[in-house]
Amino acid sequence: MGLTLSWLSVIILIPLAGLFLRTLELSPEQFWAILSSRRTLNALRVSFGLAFAAACVNLVMGSIIVWALVRYRFPGRRIFDAIVDVPFALPTAVAGVALTALFAEKGWLGAPLAALGIKVAFTPVGIFVAMIFIGIPFVVRTVQPVLQDLDPEIEEAAGSLGASRWQTIIRVILPSLAPALLTGLALAFARAVGEYGSVIFIAGNLPNVSEIAPLLIVIRLSEFRYADATAIAVVMLVVSFVVIFAVNRLQRWAQSRIPAR
Amino acid sequence: MTIEVRNLVKKFGSFAALDGVDLKVDNGELLALLGPSGSGKTTLLRIIAGLDWPDSGEVSFNGEDALAQGARERHVGFVFQHYALFRHMTVFENVAFGLRVQPRAVRKDEATIRARVKELLDLVQLDWLADRYPSQLSGGQRQRIALARALAIEPRILLLDEPFGALDAKVRKELRRWLRSLHHEINVTSIFVTHDQEEALEVANRVVVMDKGRIEQIGSPDDVYETPATAFVHGFIGESIELPVQVDGGVIRLGDRPLQLTAEGLVPGASKLFVRRHDMLVGPPGTGAFEGAVQHVRNFGPVQRAEVALSGGETIEIDAPRDKELRAGDTIGLNPRRYRIFAG
Repeated sequence: MGLTLSWLSVIILIPLAGLFLRTLELSPEQFWAILSSRRTLNALRVSFGLAFAAACVNLVMGSIIVWALVRYRFPGRRIFDAIVDVPFALPTAVAGVALTALFAEKGWLGAPLAALGIKVAFTPVGIFVAMIFIGIPFVVRTVQPVLQDLDPEIEEAAGSLGASRWQTIIRVILPSLAPALLTGLALAFARAVGEYGSVIFIAGNLPNVSEIAPLLIVIRLSEFRYADATAIAVVMLVVSFVVIFAVNRLQRWAQSRIPAR
Repeated sequence: MTIEVRNLVKKFGSFAALDGVDLKVDNGELLALLGPSGSGKTTLLRIIAGLDWPDSGEVSFNGEDALAQGARERHVGFVFQHYALFRHMTVFENVAFGLRVQPRAVRKDEATIRARVKELLDLVQLDWLADRYPSQLSGGQRQRIALARALAIEPRILLLDEPFGALDAKVRKELRRWLRSLHHEINVTSIFVTHDQEEALEVANRVVVMDKGRIEQIGSPDDVYETPATAFVHGFIGESIELPVQVDGGVIRLGDRPLQLTAEGLVPGASKLFVRRHDMLVGPPGTGAFEGAVQHVRNFGPVQRAEVALSGGETIEIDAPRDKELRAGDTIGLNPRRYRIFAG
């Protein structure tokens, strides 16, 4: 207990407190002016909006991937299972460069998409793609053990009681997985909000269009406007905390409906 | 509802789980599928339920092809060994599940569903647990809830896969009696799978003994115990002494020693002699078909169990009444009151 608290304080709480103290150098008016500037608001909107959208996509696609990995036996399953972890381990800058090359107007995927009039690289869509890429393992890895634990017999039971496949998924499988799905969503979201390395390569970084909040912080730092940087950081911190806390509560609620075995 | 199974074959790779099974189940029967693990009994049950599909063969309900329907359409109640309750639902919602997922056209209104669930919980005597979650129940309670859930859809057939397999001995015994009286009450054609012979003999009207994907014998509990049809059934049901014997020229030999037993009607060749432990009567030396030396004696409730080394070299265990004086080192004669000999 003591160790936990001291360690948490040293590693997490003290640096965060430093962040808050730094912003105290600003008067409330200055603080407000920084935040309400168009560029800051747009950066925050891009970061949180796209992160949330990417987390939702990961939730859906991640669930499908998990289902295939857990329930089906197919050649190369172990390799696919290992590939899921690649975004964890890959340096994010490498991921960013790779994605940029792939989605650039002359890239393998970028060229056919460009023919359809869709530009990915150097637009907000690129940010979205990068955020999906780095978030997917979080959903897969949190849901996988829970699904493995879920007895296929309960699906057979639902079927023999007259439930259609759809009813089985909606009424039996999803509620059983809900806490894990929400955790995966929260983690993927948190990761996408904080992502920097891969995004800045693919984003194009146009202020107000494809500039993410972490990048704006770095820009302010390089301009020696430390207080501006910390003000944005504090907002990111608070919003992230609120979102994660909310998901946590939601997950606790879902969990309470499934008492531990 | 009658069930008829014809020439059912199911292979998992090269392993034949069912190797040509024929079975007829009468309306209102309580039938036990009894066999060791790997005998195909669960596979047979799952195929009848529509949870598995045979490679070939037929299954019909009341003369109607059942294989044309999926599990969902067959209207069969299935109870799993490990209950398979929905753990995120209360007991009440678990039982109500089958009623809530009915197509809208036939779905009952909420009040009817509630009344029906209440009735089922009363039937399994667990109405006081309606608001609990499965994780808060004991094994025996969970299995009774699983049964109530299966009965909610008013199944045409009730199938139970090792229903008491995961429970401890005492709860098992209670539930056996309870299942029999419940069957008496609701009278749905029921099949249950078990590897526990006592369970099969105590609960079922008829017992189907299976081994290696084939049916060895179908009969009443008395039939399979008193007149086993094959060596396997004799060895599997009840505790038996099994001795390798040789039948030739009207004489049965154990090793090179002729036994004073009639060989009438037996096929010559290597055979197996089966005797129930309690059918081996103890007498003075020189008076029985066998002779041997008592090695150990242990008391076992109403009987004493003696390990006897026969003069031919085999060691057997017999059950003798407690009042018979037996001591280690005694030489005794043994005479089988009843025995059966199977070729092979």
